Amino acid sequence: MGLDIRLPIGMMFTLIGLMLAVQGFLTSGDKAMYHRSLDININFVWGVALLIFGLGMLLASLLTKKQENQPAEKAKAVEKTSV
Amino acid sequence: MLAVIQLAPIDLSILILYCLFVIGIGFALKRYMKTSADFFMSGRSIPAWVTGLAFLSANLGALELVGMAGSGAKYGIATAHFYWVGAIPAMIFLAVFMMPFYYGSKARSVPEYLKLRFDERIRCLNSLSFAVMTVFASGISMNALAKLLNQLLGWNYDASLWICSAIVLVYVLKGGLTSAIYTEVLQFFMIVLGFAPVVYLGLKDVGGWDKLTQTLTVVAQNPAALELNTHHFASNAWTSAWQPLLGGPTANPMGVDIFAMVFGLGFVLSFGYWCTNFLVVQRAMAAKNMSAARRTPLIAAVPKMVFPILVILPGMIAAGLASKHQDGYRLPPKPISTAIYEKAIPSVKDAATKGTAPDVAFKSIAEMVGTTAKPAKMSHEKMDALLKDAPKLDDKQIQIRLQDAVLENDYDGVILSLVTKYCPPGLLGLALTALLASFMSGMAGNVTAFNTVWTYDLYQAYIAKDKSDAHYMNMGRVITFVGIFLSIACAYFARQYDNAMDVIQLVFSFVNAPLFATFLLGMFWSRCTGTGAFFGLFGGIGASAMIHGLTLAEDKGGWLGTVLYTFPSTMAQNFWLATFAFGVCLLLTFFISLATKRTKSDEELKGLVYSLTPKTQDEEQAWYARPAFLGCVLLAICVLMNFLFW
Repeated sequence: MGLDIRLPIGMMFTLIGLMLAVQGFLTSGDKAMYHRSLDININFVWGVALLIFGLGMLLASLLTKKQENQPAEKAKAVEKTSV
Repeated sequence: MLAVIQLAPIDLSILILYCLFVIGIGFALKRYMKTSADFFMSGRSIPAWVTGLAFLSANLGALELVGMAGSGAKYGIATAHFYWVGAIPAMIFLAVFMMPFYYGSKARSVPEYLKLRFDERIRCLNSLSFAVMTVFASGISMNALAKLLNQLLGWNYDASLWICSAIVLVYVLKGGLTSAIYTEVLQFFMIVLGFAPVVYLGLKDVGGWDKLTQTLTVVAQNPAALELNTHHFASNAWTSAWQPLLGGPTANPMGVDIFAMVFGLGFVLSFGYWCTNFLVVQRAMAAKNMSAARRTPLIAAVPKMVFPILVILPGMIAAGLASKHQDGYRLPPKPISTAIYEKAIPSVKDAATKGTAPDVAFKSIAEMVGTTAKPAKMSHEKMDALLKDAPKLDDKQIQIRLQDAVLENDYDGVILSLVTKYCPPGLLGLALTALLASFMSGMAGNVTAFNTVWTYDLYQAYIAKDKSDAHYMNMGRVITFVGIFLSIACAYFARQYDNAMDVIQLVFSFVNAPLFATFLLGMFWSRCTGTGAFFGLFGGIGASAMIHGLTLAEDKGGWLGTVLYTFPSTMAQNFWLATFAFGVCLLLTFFISLATKRTKSDEELKGLVYSLTPKTQDEEQAWYARPAFLGCVLLAICVLMNFLFW
């Protein structure tokens, strides 16, 4: 309905992914903090994963938009030539 | 939940980001809200994958998340029955057989379908009961949220309640059902992406699935060590879904027999919920065409089948960790409220200084923490140690040790205890926001269902019949305000009168149990009459109440004086109650229908009854996209899952 839901979802997860990845990067030396997540820098790892997911959603949304625009442009071109 | 967590700036930022996004979605959708159909039914324009995920999420409230993890600890893999037996078959049935009637008839809601099929009486009964139930459900959800924020983060209860409600109000007011649907899809991704790392870490920590299975055999043989159950069971009781059922109620921690599970839960309760509850059906009815509407429950069924990994497995992991006392982990104890602490801490200090005999001190403190009639179950050793050390400890330390001494488990706290155990700041914010998101979208879902049923089935049907569309749209907006306020009122009520809430929910279960019988006969038997349906439903509700009053299960029920039967567990009682209610409703509806005249001709019932509706033309779709085929595939996979965890 008008607003493609993949846009806000993509945007939000891109932002959250970025935030977590940056946080993970900045705190990568902090062993004590990541001891609870079994010594994995889960912020960085998962942040990157979310970033990829968010960008994927945005890409999917843009590609569908392009597909929808193409027939419309074609129709416009046909109109112009027929006139 | 032994201590209040301090949120790091990043956690708070994620929370605020989410709130801004949902409000933003509401405002972005505002310009598409032109007619009442846009506001209440999304103009029937939503693609199937969106309605499918919303369909699933509307049901996946935070209480379900929290409850399933708790049940995973308490009952093991058998909890998956709520999904594999208690949801998937019903969802497939809805998609293949019932959606054509909901979507194809001119009905804009489930009660309206009942009016078109039968008459106003049963529509009135259904819409009134649904409206009341949905507002209460909303209130319960918001109360749980505010309590959680208060206990976990130390935030003020009232502020949390009002601010979260205000956010929901804004986006539902602006974007109607579409806002609710979009935020439900957002919630779905947040839950999956927020909890997946926690499950991964938990599983890794416990040594993997095989190691977990081994640990759970120890749990199954002596659940009392973790306060899970007073009996003991065969070693596969926590990891095998069906075998313990075959052994009867005494052989499985749920205390049910296989018939009650398959018929009571699997058929009556499950079909009764998924096929007739307007909260979920509304999402399918918002789809852009008939085939999208039919595919909605099927699309929802796919993640639903896999969800046990996300929601039930954490509970099992928690039981495994607690069993091995890994890193000092224990299942969270039942929380003691601040009011009780204010009495109990001075008592502890008092008893320590006065040198009261440990037994006497223990008894009085246990009564204080619980009630005089039912003292709290506490650990003698921990209390003795606390009393000895009390003079050296400050209030905060006494509080922590007092809480730790409580033996009774707080199942609702299990998923949170895992989140706080494994999540560093950052991921913690994501997981908590996911939880917050599901509470808030629970309220949004309930409010959108409420405002539709009110406006179309109560207001337009009985109060103001032939007004303009703009009038009804305005009513929709007004009633959204009312719905939110009523929910807040119910939240306060739930907070104050815990026991009253249990009674209210019990009454709702009486109303829901027989409902599916009415729909089944209505949709598949053209001879079914309005009088039959109405009195059959009443009879079913009455039968539920009567069975509950005459039987006992874990001290619940038996209020009609005599006790005819005692069930081994409340779950068994629920399942059998549903079975009887269904049976009574079915028989009454059948016989009363035969004894009364039909009020609707075959022509009027076209599109409302199976035999009188032309079969939907599925030939245009490729054979692999047809709902019937997809339904069979999903059913086969579901059977496979059951087989794997047999």
